[in-house]
Amino acid sequence: MNLSTTMANSFRLDGREIPFQPGQTIMDAALAAGAYIPHLCHNPELAPHGSCRVCVVRVGGRLVSSCTAPAAAGLEVASDTPDIQASRRTILQMLFVEGNHICPACEKTGACQLQAVAYYTGMLAPHFSHFFPRRDLDASHPDYVIDFNRCILCELCVRASRDLDGKNVFAISGRGIDSRLVIESPTGKLGDSAFAATDRAAHVCPVGAILPKRGAYAVPIGQRLYDREPISQVGDVAANEGRARP
Amino acid sequence: MPLSSHEIINRMVTGLLTSRGHAPELLLQHLIAIQQACSHVPESAVDLLSQAMGVTRSRIRACIDFYAFLHARPRGDYDILFSDNITDRMAESEALRDQLTTRLGVRLDQTRGDGRVTVGLTSCTGMGDQGPAILVNGLAVTALTAARVDRIADLVEAGVPLEHWPPELFIVQDNIHRAGDLLRNAERTRPDLERFLALGPQAALGELEASVLRGRGGAGFTTALKWRICRDSPSDARFVVCNADEGEPGTFKDRVLLARYPDLIFKGMTLCAGIIGARKGYLYLRGEYRHLLPRLHWVLAQRRERGLLGRDIGGQAGFHFDIEIHLGAGAYVCGEESALIESLEGRRGVVRKRPPYPVVSGYQDKPTVVNNVETFLAAAQIIEWGSHWFRGEGTPQSTGSKILSVSGDVARPGIYEYPFGTPVTRVLEDCGGTGAQAVQVSGAAGVTLSPPEFSRTLSFEDLPTAGSFMVLGPDRDLMDMTRNFARFFAHESCGFCTPCRVGNRLLEALVEKVAAGKASAYDLEEMRRIGDLMRQASYCGLGMTSANHVRDILDKFPATFQRRLRPGSDFTPAFDLDAALAAARAITGRNDAGAHLEEA
Repeated sequence: MNLSTTMANSFRLDGREIPFQPGQTIMDAALAAGAYIPHLCHNPELAPHGSCRVCVVRVGGRLVSSCTAPAAAGLEVASDTPDIQASRRTILQMLFVEGNHICPACEKTGACQLQAVAYYTGMLAPHFSHFFPRRDLDASHPDYVIDFNRCILCELCVRASRDLDGKNVFAISGRGIDSRLVIESPTGKLGDSAFAATDRAAHVCPVGAILPKRGAYAVPIGQRLYDREPISQVGDVAANEGRARP
Repeated sequence: MPLSSHEIINRMVTGLLTSRGHAPELLLQHLIAIQQACSHVPESAVDLLSQAMGVTRSRIRACIDFYAFLHARPRGDYDILFSDNITDRMAESEALRDQLTTRLGVRLDQTRGDGRVTVGLTSCTGMGDQGPAILVNGLAVTALTAARVDRIADLVEAGVPLEHWPPELFIVQDNIHRAGDLLRNAERTRPDLERFLALGPQAALGELEASVLRGRGGAGFTTALKWRICRDSPSDARFVVCNADEGEPGTFKDRVLLARYPDLIFKGMTLCAGIIGARKGYLYLRGEYRHLLPRLHWVLAQRRERGLLGRDIGGQAGFHFDIEIHLGAGAYVCGEESALIESLEGRRGVVRKRPPYPVVSGYQDKPTVVNNVETFLAAAQIIEWGSHWFRGEGTPQSTGSKILSVSGDVARPGIYEYPFGTPVTRVLEDCGGTGAQAVQVSGAAGVTLSPPEFSRTLSFEDLPTAGSFMVLGPDRDLMDMTRNFARFFAHESCGFCTPCRVGNRLLEALVEKVAAGKASAYDLEEMRRIGDLMRQASYCGLGMTSANHVRDILDKFPATFQRRLRPGSDFTPAFDLDAALAAARAITGRNDAGAHLEEA
């Protein structure tokens, strides 16, 4: 009986047996077992979101986002296959061209999850033509700067501020390709908001959109989070906060 | 002393809050009312609402930004929106639009200097049988002609208040050309609940189960099963929601059903409430159907007066139920049930994560039945006439009939009801769709049928449809249709997930590249590849279906794209060097041959 219960609570990810607890998603169980599924909008501290679609895996012939799909006994889950990696590359290319991502000149380079996941999936170029949107930069806050050019709409800051900080500093406004991150303050500026450097929301951005001031090059290029090991071994930016700035 | 505009807004917002309430789920309804009264939502109103409702300013602004009918900056006193579906365009809506903007001296979406008028575009307004159609301050004007456009321009210039405009401008026809069991029986079905009360909820659900009624919104989930799951989900409250956000381009049958049989639709909602144990119901009515509001409110009041809504309905102790109408504000995605629930709760219409499904955790995270207008109408009649009557037509998997909204190149556009299992050819014969080169079934997100497929049948097992049936005649260029759809989806994507948000914009650009004669065969493959990804990886049905039209054109009507490809080109870069010089040409005021890289 015990044995069959154990067997019943596992699924296979690329052939590897992954145990899970009832209520866990495929992503939860994979992360707990030390198996990497690339992702951007997911952070184990926050409720799953399912918006970036980078974590898609194939289950029963269909692509599902592993961060929202419940784990179930006996599932055959494919993740690291050429066709799924190709789908992820296309999704990443979409993210790259809809914003203004200037990796070589970005303070976050080497420690950016978007960049690291792109490397992981073998993305070599943005492929699509750039949208070159006109977006602002908000440097009104004494400790932090927001460069909206790099925002990928993962809503991690929105969720962290709402669910962990209890502040609701951020929201998503607009629709479709005009969706954008906005700030809750009379002026719409970060400096006039309740945002503080100690907020969890200040430490969950996977890209170079929410950046601490005066620390951009504290860690030299070449020694940054993903400079020596791939993201599949290092893990998320948020999980490494404080270990390898920026 | 006249009131300052700030005082007027203050009084208005206070009035709204007093009359309808402070609950955050009323936010969208308040914003719509303010937009109607002030032609925009002023910043001072945002502040007042934020304080009174305990909702952040950014969430209110986000709502205004999301819904097409809400604006942070003033529209004109007359806000005129042209329905921009392909069927409107086929009926020459563009020429009429140009005529009106010329007469009024305005540019699209730019409010005239004197604040009098704005002319813009909007997605299909559900008048495909009597287009071209417009909305004037939200009210539908149909069957537009050059003469009517002139008349409207005169009324605008003279500043005649909308309520004094000639009533014949606002006539909306029902155009029922073929009534089947459902429409015929509706005329003789009693609006009361006697039969339901006699049966009791258990037997009534059994009857519905035996009918095998499936949801008429297109997805086809078994209605009785949905109601049963909802009833059996443990909760202290449950809700009934009627989805009247008929936004799929080319469909208008719910408009007709709401105009003719509101009593029966409310009856269907009420017996659903009786079965699942709900005390509150919502009719989510698309903003484009605002003209139906007074009548719907009147019918609700009548039902309350007759004891068919309210407390102890039909004298049954504890059977309490009432219905409230919530308006949409121009967002196609809100037709998806969980986005609709978000919108009902006063937020941006972003699709929720599933599971949990609304039937377990829906409105206010309580078990919620969301059904289409036609489904409630069918349920009301099944309880009245029995499952046997309902199963009298259709196929074993698709019992009953389907009401179609037929538009486009046909002699008699309008409403047609057929038993499920009816072939497309039969519909084309009846409506006078002679020589059709294509039929777009189930809207822009549906399927483009080519003539060899016209023998296929309308049913869940072959051609599932929410009811839209747009016919493209022999002389049409399908390029116009696919451009229209690509634009539509890029406009209507909610923006939540990457494949839909970015993919639809990429597709739109590629379709335009083909239309401009600048694409190569490579671009066609690119469209297919992006479309495949959107279908597989999108978060909700909108993204999964929004590339269907491109794939269908590629597969079934390849010449539409092929004949526009740039000759002898394997690859054309997306970057257009000549177009990039446009800014320089504008600055220097040159447009001669020497200012171009290639001959125009």
